[in-house]
Amino acid sequence: MEMEKLIADLKVQIIEQLNLQEVKPEDIGDDAPLFKEGLGLDSIDALELIVLLQQHYGIRVANPDDGPRIFQSVRTIAQFITEQKAAQA
Amino acid sequence: MDNASAYITATSAVRPQGVFRNGKLQWEHPAGDLQTLLRYGYEQLGSAYPKFHKMDALSKLGWLTAEVLLGANPLLERHAAPGVGLALANRSSSLDTDVRYYDTVKDIASPALFVYTLPNIVMGEICIRHGFKGENVFFVQDRFDTASLAGYVQELFNEKAVTACVCGWVEVMQDRFDAALYLVENQAGERAIPFTAVAMQHLYQTIANGNGETDSRSESTDH
Repeated sequence: MEMEKLIADLKVQIIEQLNLQEVKPEDIGDDAPLFKEGLGLDSIDALELIVLLQQHYGIRVANPDDGPRIFQSVRTIAQFITEQKAAQA
Repeated sequence: MDNASAYITATSAVRPQGVFRNGKLQWEHPAGDLQTLLRYGYEQLGSAYPKFHKMDALSKLGWLTAEVLLGANPLLERHAAPGVGLALANRSSSLDTDVRYYDTVKDIASPALFVYTLPNIVMGEICIRHGFKGENVFFVQDRFDTASLAGYVQELFNEKAVTACVCGWVEVMQDRFDAALYLVENQAGERAIPFTAVAMQHLYQTIANGNGETDSRSESTDH
């Protein structure tokens, strides 16, 4: 349930942060790829997602090589946030 | 019969009173700030171009004005992409966005704003949209200096560097804005105007007064 809420929150935050004004939260699949296919995000969007994690969740992406794995889908971002929060606890 | 080597074949303008194509009002602006007007214009055009929403105000204004100028008039049907140039000018450069970006630096610098902290980005957005690959230049000047811009563009035609060029003025600073674009081609339409600084200046002053003098060789779209 907590994961579902996190995924729902993330969809709203991603739309706002990336100015995806023609996209609704329900248009984004939990497991849909965010880059290339799916939302078709670009490298600037990737940077904005890193800023989003820092601003909304206080989480920094320390290793840029982890980016493709973390930002694969909304679910993988939510899982990363959950892991980081658990490690901080 | 004239001996001009370039002709103004279409004009467009986005002014506080509304949006104009070839001197004819396309739509009036609704009440609201500049972002509201730009969003309304995008919706009026019915273009499916989600990247529009990510652009800064200067790029949105230039993109919208170019869309009105070229929407019903695909240039690449009669000009090769490397032969279509773009020459723009304004007064405030990208200062409107520079200030917004600087505000974000105090917290976390915004990558999405940073990429718009150059005035010539608007030209990139227009070229990406329409597939132009020709000469690009952006001048920052105190006022719309039609003499210098016309001279530069005329030289491009003289050197055969372009066969068509979109040129004009795209200015944004906070809620102050003004955009006027001219389509210049090496072939005249039925009622096209020989391309001169005087003609540019005259059209700039009357573009929102129903001058309707140019012929874009295609009917303006109904919105």
